[in-house]
Amino acid sequence: MRIETEKLSYAYGESKALMNLALKDVTLTVEEGEFFGIIGQTGSGKTTFVQHLNGLIKLKKNSGSIKIGEFDLGEKKCDFKKLRARLGMVFQYPEYQLFAETVFEDVAFGVKNFMPETSPEQVEVMVKDALETVGLNYLKVKDKSPFELSGGQKRRVAIAGVIVTKPEVLVLDEPVAGLDPQGKREFIALLHKLHKSFVKTIILVSHDMDLVAENCTRAAVFSHGQIVAVGTPKEIFSNAESLEQTGLDLPLTAYLTNMLKQAGITAENDYTVDGLIKAIVSEINCGGER
Amino acid sequence: MAILSLENVSFSYDKHSNAVKDVSLSVEKGEYVAIIGHNGSGKSTLAKLFNGLVLPDKGSVIVDGFSTLNKKEVFEIRKRVGVVFQNPDNQLVASIVEDDVAFGPENLGIKREEIGQRIEFALSAVGMEKFRHSSPTRLSGGQKQRIAIAGVLALKPQILVLDESTAMLDPQGRKEVLEVIKKLNQDNGVTVITITHYMDEVVDADKVYVINDGKIALCGTPQEIFNQKEVIKGFGLELPLCAEIRDKLARQGVILPDGILTKERLAEELCALKRKS
Repeated sequence: MRIETEKLSYAYGESKALMNLALKDVTLTVEEGEFFGIIGQTGSGKTTFVQHLNGLIKLKKNSGSIKIGEFDLGEKKCDFKKLRARLGMVFQYPEYQLFAETVFEDVAFGVKNFMPETSPEQVEVMVKDALETVGLNYLKVKDKSPFELSGGQKRRVAIAGVIVTKPEVLVLDEPVAGLDPQGKREFIALLHKLHKSFVKTIILVSHDMDLVAENCTRAAVFSHGQIVAVGTPKEIFSNAESLEQTGLDLPLTAYLTNMLKQAGITAENDYTVDGLIKAIVSEINCGGER
Repeated sequence: MAILSLENVSFSYDKHSNAVKDVSLSVEKGEYVAIIGHNGSGKSTLAKLFNGLVLPDKGSVIVDGFSTLNKKEVFEIRKRVGVVFQNPDNQLVASIVEDDVAFGPENLGIKREEIGQRIEFALSAVGMEKFRHSSPTRLSGGQKQRIAIAGVLALKPQILVLDESTAMLDPQGRKEVLEVIKKLNQDNGVTVITITHYMDEVVDADKVYVINDGKIALCGTPQEIFNQKEVIKGFGLELPLCAEIRDKLARQGVILPDGILTKERLAEELCALKRKS
């Protein structure tokens, strides 16, 4: 499903008169198959934007349009249940949203809610599948209370509850905040695994520039409710000055590339760690021969 | 002089396993201490032990001469130890930002005029003066976290405990908050204990404790800790990305000195390398 927003605007409450818009004319297209990053300072409108994508925040009149595959979110007859089964949303600290008595019930909730026609046997198959996909042992965890699990496990259960309907699009808001380094690495690996399987498009909201540079095909920079840049990590992070104006940092790779450039060393690369290393190694080796 | 000390502290949430096992540590006045460890290692439980939110089953926690086990002294301890937790949604109490920041000082019975000053100080320290009269519910996750930090700064604690408090901040916000904390540490002598997953926040600490399975697994300067690469990885932790890049380069035959922990240093060494060749 292609995601297209056009001139999307939004104001919380009635503050429109104060010109305090959370989103201003946001026009963005995310193609099917992308691993798309959304970056920006806190309060720049990132979360407000992604909450529009599954209709959690309803599109207001004369506030632009949102089209996701065949769904037109501005239309009255738009089937949000169907949309939410196909566009999964993982919020900040998803483990705080666990509520059921058992892990099974919690994960099954998504199916029962968005796909009520599913048979109990089918629900079981789907829950088992989802829990195993996120790396949990179905038999070991299914009857446990979600609250007995560790933080990292809780987060996995929360993700299982979202991917249980096999959504084509997965939107994640700061999914690695609060995870330890290893948990973070495993989580990113899980995202890539999902991206290779049924999840076609991933939209990732993050403050972690290293994460975006390393993993995203493209990214959009939000500032004061507007998109100020869209492009590949390389395109976005090449423009250090404008990025700093939006309160963001460079990923380490881009910082090092810049510092080398200032010292007269060109080590052009795509801002992934491996890309940077390759560029430095070849530059140092060639430089030696010259 | 130790301002906070734990002596053989054990604590468990249930009977099956201890979250904290026989931990002894002491933090000097004015020290900047980092505590690292994987999720579930017992770090956050330590933070709760520091100000008496949970009480040790065995051993004792002493803050500035007061014991958390003595009910009458807990109030004195909370005056001295301010803890900022991970998720701001669990820490904000009022419907207006300034009321929220004032909540702590009001509880301590501080005079009205001074509360006003403290609100100003705390909000400007976290760069949120503009939002003084806003409702916290209308703020973003990162903005709420700054308010939570301001609420603790307004208490002017002698010991500031940060339990992954910067996890929700953007890079700029994180940098600003860390600068404030460093300044409080250096200029005002506030003792800082930071529990974090950001290895680059650990680099500036005077002392680092690595917690694993409820116990202190390692203790030392950042340099000493990160020199033990394999050990660190075994605890589910990682080196700062800079050190990671240094090692990857070394494997490709580009050798830089050991012990690079900051991006400035790495850039410097890389540029120097080129000049040599």
